[in-house]
Amino acid sequence: MEYRNVLTTCIYCGVGCGLYLQVLDGQVVGTWPAKGHPLNDGRLCVKGWYAHSFIHHPERLTTPLIRDQKGGPLRQASWEEALDRVAQRLMAIRETHGPDAIAFMASAKCTNEENYLLQKLARSIIGTHNVDHCARL
Amino acid sequence: MERVALVREAVKRLLDSGQVEGVLALRTVGPGSAPHLFHPGDSLDDLTLWPKYPLPKILDMLLAADPSVRLGMVARGCEERGLIEMAKRNQVDMNRIRLVYLACTAEERDECCCSWPYPSQIDVGDKVEGTADALVAEHERLSLAERTEFWKRQFARCIKCYGCRTVCPQCFCETCVLEDNLWVEAGVLAPPFPSYHLIRAYHTIGKCVGCMECENACPADIPLTVLYTLLRRDAEEMFGYVPGRSLEDLPPLAVETLWQTGH
Ligand code: SF4
Ligand code: SF4
Repeated sequence: MEYRNVLTTCIYCGVGCGLYLQVLDGQVVGTWPAKGHPLNDGRLCVKGWYAHSFIHHPERLTTPLIRDQKGGPLRQASWEEALDRVAQRLMAIRETHGPDAIAFMASAKCTNEENYLLQKLARSIIGTHNVDHCARL
Repeated sequence: MERVALVREAVKRLLDSGQVEGVLALRTVGPGSAPHLFHPGDSLDDLTLWPKYPLPKILDMLLAADPSVRLGMVARGCEERGLIEMAKRNQVDMNRIRLVYLACTAEERDECCCSWPYPSQIDVGDKVEGTADALVAEHERLSLAERTEFWKRQFARCIKCYGCRTVCPQCFCETCVLEDNLWVEAGVLAPPFPSYHLIRAYHTIGKCVGCMECENACPADIPLTVLYTLLRRDAEEMFGYVPGRSLEDLPPLAVETLWQTGH
């Protein structure tokens, strides 16, 4: 029997509370708020307490899904195929309708650096200021 | 020898004895600690003692995951008492547990305002006497109306994180009434006064050992254990029952106890 705790950061909002994921025999089974952590010192909100619950959830998506035609079924795809598809479609929409037909949604669940890169992509590659944030949805 | 070194030695002896598959204790992580299961042969250099976590709750989970496993645990007074109450309610089997008994220091006692900072026997540490929570005495000077006002203000700050319930080693029901829409409407903050907090308070009677985990987990800094301490005192006065004192005492809500105490 192996039981240990892995220190990580809550993925649910921009506060970034410290929490431990409890790992029992390779399965994540629970969460502990990290005591002494400078942000949350042993406390969490209800989302943080259940931050582990999607990890092994049977309905969790583990690969990208692509719909080959409107209304058609979803099928599993590789990241390469999915990203190629996204890039192609974004460029096609930009060509037909202009860059402001596209908007980018940043996320509290990403790092500052990742969010920086997203707005960079929006502004300098696509050419739009339509950048917003998941917390306003 | 330093206290933590003595605990490491005691844990090593227990692991080497072959009586247990592992010992649940705390391990240093950055400036803090985290629960960890140490195995025979593991380095114990990073075994640490503070800040504490609700180890009885974790031990319960580990014992349930493998019905044949025997485990050790480094236990403070509140943790030993917590296991005793859990054992009475068929949550843990004491025959599958070996404890390394640790007495708390005066600093640790003060941090928890603990009235009983030592286990029934002591392997490591020196017994220090308990202390009374000044807030409890203060609370008792309030009139009934002032008390209601006090708790109304406190409970209004509750963010319904369920942390007090989730962290508590004595909360082990498979379905929790605090998640029942009948008593606690989903999606509404603050939770209804006073049902949410008084349901939880009543459910601690005869079980709460004052480990302070709930209060330490409360993001709203609500002094929850003031209520639980008063209820514990009432249960002792009315039924002579002290949670965690012995494995043999029947809980106050057991029919026999009610009968014997004439309630
Ligand atoms: S102090 Fe809180 S966490 Fe500890 S046993 Fe009592 S109610 Fe549970
Ligand atoms: S820990 Fe505090 S804020 Fe969270 S549910 Fe309990 S009383 Fe409310």
